[in-house]
Amino acid sequence: MAIVTCSDKACTINPLKMSQPIGGAFAFLGLRGAMPLLHGSQGCTSFGLTLFVRHFKEAVPMQTTAMSEVSTVLGGYENVEQAVLNIYKRVKPEIIGINSTGVTETKGDDVEAFIRLIRQNHPHLEKFPLVYVSTPDFKEAFQDGWEKTVARLVEVLVDPVDPAAPRDCSRVNVLPGCHLTPGDLGELRTILEDFGLRPSILPDISGSLDGHIPDEFTPTTIGGIGVDEIATMGQAVWTIAIGAQMRRAAEAMQAKTGTPFRLFERLCGLVPSDEFMTFLSEISGKPVPAKYRRQRGQLADAMLDAHFHIGGRKLAIGAEPDLLFDISSMLHEMGAEVTAAVTTTASPVLERVKAQEVVIGDLEDLEELAKARDCNLLICHSHGRQAAARLDIPFYRAGFPMFDRLGAAHQISVSYRGTRELIFDLANLIIADREDNHQPIPATCRSPAPVCVSFRRS
Amino acid sequence: MTSLSATIQNVFNEPNCAKNANKSEAARKKGCTKQLQPGGAAGGCAFDGAKIALQPFTDVAHLVHGPIACEGNSWDNRGSASSGSDLWRRSFTTDMHEIDVVFGGEKRLYKAIKEIIAKYDPPAIFVYQTCVPAMIGDDINAVCKIASAKFGKPVIPVNSPGFVGSKNLGSKLAGEALLEYVIGTQEPDCTTPYDINLIGEFNLSGELWQIKPLLDEIGIRILSCISGDGKYREVACSHRARAAMMVCSKAMINVASKMRERYGIPFFEGSFYGIQDASDALRKIARMLIERGASPQLMERTEAAVAREEAKAWAAIARFKPRFAGKKVLLITGGVKSWSVVAALQEAGLEIVGTSVKKSTSEDKERIQKLMGHDAHMIEDLTPREMYKMLKEAKADIMLSGGKSQFVALKAATPWLDINQERCHAYMGYVGIVNLMEEIDKALYNPIWDQLRRPAPWDDAEINWQAKALAQVDVSAAGGEPTLLGAERAPPAKRTRSSKTVELSLIEDRIPAHGSSVFGAMALDTHTSAAGKQASENNLPAQPMSALQAAE
Repeated sequence: MAIVTCSDKACTINPLKMSQPIGGAFAFLGLRGAMPLLHGSQGCTSFGLTLFVRHFKEAVPMQTTAMSEVSTVLGGYENVEQAVLNIYKRVKPEIIGINSTGVTETKGDDVEAFIRLIRQNHPHLEKFPLVYVSTPDFKEAFQDGWEKTVARLVEVLVDPVDPAAPRDCSRVNVLPGCHLTPGDLGELRTILEDFGLRPSILPDISGSLDGHIPDEFTPTTIGGIGVDEIATMGQAVWTIAIGAQMRRAAEAMQAKTGTPFRLFERLCGLVPSDEFMTFLSEISGKPVPAKYRRQRGQLADAMLDAHFHIGGRKLAIGAEPDLLFDISSMLHEMGAEVTAAVTTTASPVLERVKAQEVVIGDLEDLEELAKARDCNLLICHSHGRQAAARLDIPFYRAGFPMFDRLGAAHQISVSYRGTRELIFDLANLIIADREDNHQPIPATCRSPAPVCVSFRRS
Repeated sequence: MTSLSATIQNVFNEPNCAKNANKSEAARKKGCTKQLQPGGAAGGCAFDGAKIALQPFTDVAHLVHGPIACEGNSWDNRGSASSGSDLWRRSFTTDMHEIDVVFGGEKRLYKAIKEIIAKYDPPAIFVYQTCVPAMIGDDINAVCKIASAKFGKPVIPVNSPGFVGSKNLGSKLAGEALLEYVIGTQEPDCTTPYDINLIGEFNLSGELWQIKPLLDEIGIRILSCISGDGKYREVACSHRARAAMMVCSKAMINVASKMRERYGIPFFEGSFYGIQDASDALRKIARMLIERGASPQLMERTEAAVAREEAKAWAAIARFKPRFAGKKVLLITGGVKSWSVVAALQEAGLEIVGTSVKKSTSEDKERIQKLMGHDAHMIEDLTPREMYKMLKEAKADIMLSGGKSQFVALKAATPWLDINQERCHAYMGYVGIVNLMEEIDKALYNPIWDQLRRPAPWDDAEINWQAKALAQVDVSAAGGEPTLLGAERAPPAKRTRSSKTVELSLIEDRIPAHGSSVFGAMALDTHTSAAGKQASENNLPAQPMSALQAAE
């Protein structure tokens, strides 16, 4: 049971957090033919865009209402209208997703009203999907932007169903948190299909951001779930939500369509994967395929091989709540000790992190804690690399952004196979670090500090 | 805000900016910023520009006053290098919350300054204003003034909220902050007749260090580099330099021209890109210093160093000439550095089929005209679709551009090289130009291109993904859909005088604006891929190390 504390510094140093609007825009990127639009000044979009491009190494569609000083003060109706018309005309999107930013929220632009007015003034847009989500920069974080946007997509785009109508027994909805990579979603799709289920993944960044060369030309997103498919999600027999952040969207789905949901707070690790497989077996009425029985064995073997290296490690981790909970729980179950944990925003899972304390703070907090508590493994997104270098401890990149390594989109950590890969990557990192930096020399043997950290259970 | 708008007016009155000088007074008042198109723009903002200009000062704390978006989304995204302090790589922001928006963020800002001084004790703090605090009326000038007095340390306000304009304007506003609060506030320990300032050089990938040893050798001291590998004390003392060089960029011309007005420091605009330009720049620096009292022997030393370095560089480049014969380059730089890169490429025998002049001045354009002759293909602006067409029709063998347009080339299976600020190789000076040639060579002759241009075995050679994507491009072009963003509102873009002009607006900016319209770029029709194949087969004899040949 972790105590959640909040950093009380006036100055954030080396932010771990990214802003809410780009988390929202990220969700829109998982829709087919989408154009995310940030209602704010140019920089709001350009910074987020650069971040996505550096992470995915792909062209990313994203637009701005290009608010100037004057339009910000006077209100941005004209800018929103012009942006929507321009985008509609030029790139023929299937949906435009609008997120507000700090500037337009400070002014108090009522974008819902703007949209009604736009539909009124331009009848051809009457039925066109325009989804708006309020996401001020000065509140909450990236994950919250995703959470609100997915919930809003459900509320706006899913057609209500008659509770008495028969459901399609093979259809399931998947609502993934923003901590899952395109690779994770690909893995989940395969698993569900192997159980004979047909998943609708909302949002599906594996269609749009998994680094492939598409054969169709589109000036919007190049894949993802279509608006038409979202509309029919109410027919599914179950909704699977992954990450506590998705509770809101799953509840919205249930409220609107009556589809029951099961929330998996985490999918990394043996026990959560077992629960997941059991559930799929139950809802599909099929036994767990041989492939996964074998993968389970492989994971068990990987855990045996890796526990020598991971056991006893003092972990410092900085990540958004769901990712933090996911990875740190798995490593705790591998015998590591979650010694320093820093996150960006409040969440119900934080209390259940297997650590003394979880700090809502920045990377300086993480670095100081890691130093004070002698951590010897750091997990964070790419911004953590400076801290790791100063601390001189092995560094594993997880989360967004990962701009200084390739293949971020294809990293996987879900289910037996993903867990196995993550465990191997981490153990190899630790082995390499020991070979490179901790070879015994006479001096280290005489030093009072033990070279090997003993195994402790918290 | 009055002081900010006065500063902006002031910046636009820059008589040394060729673009401004040609405008009427009324037009000048409107400034350089073109009307931004909602739904059709995606460049950086003024805050971005200010941060770019000042961030390379390495030993100061850069504190961003605003909500998390401004700094949390953007920090650690540039490759300047430091020879000493790494404080500049840390990120400081007030991370304003809702409560600060309601009650004002000035107290939080003051506390943040206090915390930074307690923890890091930097020689100075730069405080950047962003949109939200500007809107709610946080007076950062006042907070900085009070903090300065209280802590006895320079705290410099940089007034450049994003919504006042473009990146370029932001860089100028950053320059104004230096002029008003920093330059001339300290005195150097000693001065020599050999002291120069470099202005607008950011030491990306450590490029400055390709030139600095040469200057050291000749006996020229860089009193201050604004702002690459810069230190606060150096820029504060920079008013004692004898001459200045403005490096390739007009973004900070206000700094150069006001230092000339105030302190009588003459400056010239030069470039270290390309052999000829580097030599010219070194000679000009020497000449200016001699005019202002340095020993005439300086020129002899300069000439000796230039002769030696040129000979070495030419010898190194000579080996690329046979490999580059007949190779064509499309150069998309945003225009600022076009002419200097053009000269460099021509030195290696590459043919330039087009160069962008979006941000170039008429002076720049004349220079390009002079270098490339009358069939200079100056590109005002190019949509990704048009860019793709040029590549597809094999009008170019390689594209050099900034990172944002890379996917146009890469997904069209065409070699591409990053020559913009995110690049990881240094291309400056006599050493850098050889590096550039090596990188071009590696890109052109990589064995992947032939493999990638082959259709998948199950695809009909006539209808592979490339052909399909291409067909879509043609359809939408024939359908008369405007390929130009904002065609309905924006005034028609000016044509340059050159014989074969490709039209239109923003290139770098157009990429994200069109989003993945660049994927249209992906296609290569079978004709081109055949041509490409043929071309590369022709090249095989010149590439003994080719993996393809090895395989055969």
